[in-house]
Amino acid sequence: MTDNAIINISHMNKTYQVGEQPLHALQNIKLNIKQGEYLSLMGPSGSGKSTLLNMIGLLDRPDSGQYQLQGENTELLTEEQRALLRRKYIGFVFQSFHLIPRLTALENVELPLMLAGVKAKSRQERASKLLSELGLGNHLRQLPKQLSGGQLQRVGIARALITEPTILLADEPTGNLDQSSGQEVTDILERYNRNGITLLVVTHDIALGNRAQRQLNMVDGVIVSDTGLPINTTKPYQQLGSSS
Amino acid sequence: MNLADHWLFSYQALARHRLRSTMVLLAIGMGVSSVLLLTSIGEGARLYIEQEFSALGSKMLIVLPGKKETTGSAPPLYGTSPRDLTIEDAQALKKIPSISHVAPIIAGTASVSNQSLSRDIIILGTNRDMFTVRNLTVKQGRMLPENSETRATPVCILGAKLAKELFKKSSPMGQWLRIGEYKYRVIGLLKARGESLGLDLQDMAIIPVRSAQVLFDSPALFRILLQLKQTDFEINTRVNINKIIAQRHDGEADITIISQDAMLSAFNKIIVAVTASIGAIAAISLIVAGILIMNVSYISVSQRREEIGLLKSLGASAREVRQIFIISSLVITSFGSLAGLILSYSLVFIIQTNFPKIPLAIPWWSTIAAIFMSFIVALLFSWLPANKAAAVDPILALRG
Ligand SMILES: Nc1ncnc2c1ncn2[C@@H]1O[C@H](COP(=O)(O)OP(=O)(O)OP(=O)(O)O)[C@@H](O)[C@H]1O
Ligand SMILES: [Mg+2]
Repeated sequence: MTDNAIINISHMNKTYQVGEQPLHALQNIKLNIKQGEYLSLMGPSGSGKSTLLNMIGLLDRPDSGQYQLQGENTELLTEEQRALLRRKYIGFVFQSFHLIPRLTALENVELPLMLAGVKAKSRQERASKLLSELGLGNHLRQLPKQLSGGQLQRVGIARALITEPTILLADEPTGNLDQSSGQEVTDILERYNRNGITLLVVTHDIALGNRAQRQLNMVDGVIVSDTGLPINTTKPYQQLGSSS
Repeated sequence: MNLADHWLFSYQALARHRLRSTMVLLAIGMGVSSVLLLTSIGEGARLYIEQEFSALGSKMLIVLPGKKETTGSAPPLYGTSPRDLTIEDAQALKKIPSISHVAPIIAGTASVSNQSLSRDIIILGTNRDMFTVRNLTVKQGRMLPENSETRATPVCILGAKLAKELFKKSSPMGQWLRIGEYKYRVIGLLKARGESLGLDLQDMAIIPVRSAQVLFDSPALFRILLQLKQTDFEINTRVNINKIIAQRHDGEADITIISQDAMLSAFNKIIVAVTASIGAIAAISLIVAGILIMNVSYISVSQRREEIGLLKSLGASAREVRQIFIISSLVITSFGSLAGLILSYSLVFIIQTNFPKIPLAIPWWSTIAAIFMSFIVALLFSWLPANKAAAVDPILALRG
């Protein structure tokens, strides 16, 4: 199953030193993700979900273990090279959107292309086309403070999608939204997943988590269940998994 | 990120903090303009002197007694100390066909008095040629007598200021006054031409050179001024002067000949050096601006932490983040320098048009140096904050 995996993680560990106690945020993680998969990652607060997401997004470095992204070993890469891989393959969607307040919706979506050195005209075309697809065609020139939560997250998604990444990492994308705009955002994410993008959503919302084809459950830095695996993990935590 | 985008991005960020950006902009603008304005005073002085020299005509040579070796070779051993230049030496130089005027000068200070009014001033003993060589004219009365070199006639010509101080409102023409031990009759008044190369001609008395020899009881000339018929005779004339003096001084040409060009370039060198050091002192204000840039950049980095984290998550490397912050400083510096340039050039222009007598000119080199310097300062002082930005941990910054 590792042959067509775009993400290949094994024996990944991350420990934080909190006071005297070492805190195992990630313990011996093994995870393979295939192109086009739809995964949800659930688990109690502090279980390491965001840490794992940041590892996959190359924002963080593990203490040990292997991580191949699109077949490329990432352990020995420099920060510059990791930034380049991130720009090429990864799209982040954040719970609190992280839009730049001084920039318009359009400019926020253009930003990744701007960093990549794409010419102004072509990136404007691409960004406004994408925003229109997400139903924001009439809000291109508006500043974040003039948009609703659901609209903000759609801008955030557009920004993540604009570089056409292979994997979309969403950390509680609906966490700050009401029911209906959360539903809208979920629909959009799933629509792009159906079009081929790999989608990994961290969520506390069981209903949302259950929509994913493959559901991961983490406790104390360990993936305790993974519906994508034929046999479940060896750790005796199955009862905590919501769907196994 | 290409340069145009860098600019746009920085501009948007700076525009958001208008007050802070304006302060940095002003600091840089003031730094640049203080360099420009202070150097413009020095450059103005240089141009003024250049102009003064050219008013004298470029055909002047000055002969000084004593040889000043500037070539660095060991000084020749003289049996005797250098001989004085005398009026006779000056007269002998008239034989040189390329020389049109010869003005021997004896100078010294003496007290001049008219009844109870008395002043210590510089007395210049010379002849008629002096008036041509130095472009002097008599406002009233006559010039020195033709035979100033041969006869010690007791006559004098007064500068305007001196005349006024000694005679108050009454006319000095034809009056007698006392210089040192002797009495002189006033035969003319100098036309006020103001200052000429540091000599205040208005506060001076001119007497025949032979009278000055008697007055100071010494035949030694202070110097001889020569005017050439044409500039390009200079080299030849120098050779001839040295030959004649050598003949008259036992084979030793113990004189120094200075041309106006040499003096001018010496002046130039000194003034440019002084101007540059004034400019360097003014540049300290740019360093103050730099410290402001640093503080403001630090504030900006801590306020934009979330944005930095975001940029990193979007694939910006540490190097690109550093660039963003450095370029942001350079953008504000460009605006600040531009403001400084506009301010100082228009200020100098306004002063020049309203007070044409004040010599001011911004030298090209200080313009370049000030701009260059402000960018160097911006670069240096934004380096540390930019590194701090580059080191922001995106995970912590985005957890926010
Ligand atoms: N930089 C850090 N220094 C110390 N401890 C950290 C650091 N980052 C994360 N941790 C700890 O690692 C553990 C996992 O954190 P993580 O953010 O991955 O949890 P999470 O599953 O995303 O929780 P939540 O659902 O609340 O977002 C937590 O106990 C957290 O306190
Ligand atoms: Mg989390």
